[in-house]
Amino acid sequence: MNVPTNLRYAKSHEWVRVEGDTAVVGISDHAQHELSDIVYVEPPNVGDSVETGKECAVIESVKAASDIYTPVSGEVIAANTALANHPELVNQDPYGQGWLFKVKMSDPGEVDELLQPDEYVSHIGE
Amino acid sequence: MVPFGGWEMPVYYSSIVAEHHAVRQRVGLFDVSHMGELIVSGPDAEIFLNRVLTNDVSKCAAGRAQYTFLCNEQGGIRDDLVLYWLEPMRFLLLVNASNVEKDFAWLREHASGDVTVENHHGEIATVSLQGPLAAKLVPAPAATLAIFHIAAFDVCSVRCWVARTGYTGEDGFELLCAIGDVMRLWNELLAHGAPLGIQPCGLGARDTLRLEMCYPLHGQDITDATTPLEAGLGRFVAMDKTDFIGRDALVEQKARGLTRKLVPFQMTEKAPPPRSHYPLLAEGRRIGEITSGAPSPSLGIGIGMGYVEMDAAAPGTQIGVDIRGRTFAAVVETKPLWKKNK
Repeated sequence: MNVPTNLRYAKSHEWVRVEGDTAVVGISDHAQHELSDIVYVEPPNVGDSVETGKECAVIESVKAASDIYTPVSGEVIAANTALANHPELVNQDPYGQGWLFKVKMSDPGEVDELLQPDEYVSHIGE
Repeated sequence: MVPFGGWEMPVYYSSIVAEHHAVRQRVGLFDVSHMGELIVSGPDAEIFLNRVLTNDVSKCAAGRAQYTFLCNEQGGIRDDLVLYWLEPMRFLLLVNASNVEKDFAWLREHASGDVTVENHHGEIATVSLQGPLAAKLVPAPAATLAIFHIAAFDVCSVRCWVARTGYTGEDGFELLCAIGDVMRLWNELLAHGAPLGIQPCGLGARDTLRLEMCYPLHGQDITDATTPLEAGLGRFVAMDKTDFIGRDALVEQKARGLTRKLVPFQMTEKAPPPRSHYPLLAEGRRIGEITSGAPSPSLGIGIGMGYVEMDAAAPGTQIGVDIRGRTFAAVVETKPLWKKNK
């Protein structure tokens, strides 16, 4: 599985890319593979206040609906609108065009609590 | 892999959607060895089975198969199964994985006359070869079997009972063999089927394929607390045959009239996939709930089945599905949801 070294990871399989005080959030290659065939993405609303570890989005595969937990707290400033018509982007390009939402972080220090890439690799048992 | 009725089962090998399309367009292979194989034999086997099963065994015959129910005294469905009439005094019942022990105990408890009931779960393995190209992978004589017929053949040098049955809505076969031979059968079928684009298929595709056909899944769409009449499956209940367990209750229910019915539906707007237990609504009022739901790979839209009040059961009725507090539009459809020649 692809685990880019420039990202941080949550145990619940979301990734975070830090851009200044903004966190871009998506799900890992491992997670998209486990979910398989993603058919619907319900992102958070822009302007929503989100809190670390709380569910804020839903990804639906053929088999099941899965909650997505935000890895950082703050305000949602963007959601990936392309996923409304092309949810399969999460399967095809989980670290690129399949990103889910952006959070303006209220506490950028939370990123330090997330797993390093090598720790995430151990976490998924590879 | 997920636990399923005491077995570790793959949900998919490659992807549910790819496996689903392989079965609709080419051919797929399922390992359904988790299903239970109960064998009922003896001079009184036919009479006994006619007393515990809802369909009329006498209308079946040696070398043929029949879909039927095992009901409780209240007419509730203990299990649904396919009865294979192997030899004049020998029947095989292919039952659901999670009900094997329950069914075995029920049959033993009710057995009377010169009848033997045996549980061969774990000794007999079953694979299901399904799709429009399936007949190209069985020996020529087996390929001429009529639908719902069964006979013994060697397939890939493995002695099998071959039945022209399945749970996908496509042409296909179920092959039963000794568990020690099943790996060879599985690998040979995959090897021979490779040029045809065969695909090993998991539980996920099995579920979407059967749901498009509106075949019920026991434990979800039909249970101990629902009857074949409510499930719209009355044609598999022979009210006019000899007495059978559950008959009195079903006769009474039929006379009284139904209060709810299992109906298929399809979403009519872009929506998250419908899932089990989501409420079904009509004019803002709850009229039932979903028992099975999924995005349909063949139709490209959400489909499902659920019990609704009789006022909302007619095909064409506009209904709503409550998905996480929002209502999405759907319509009651006719069976099957996937109409091949549409």
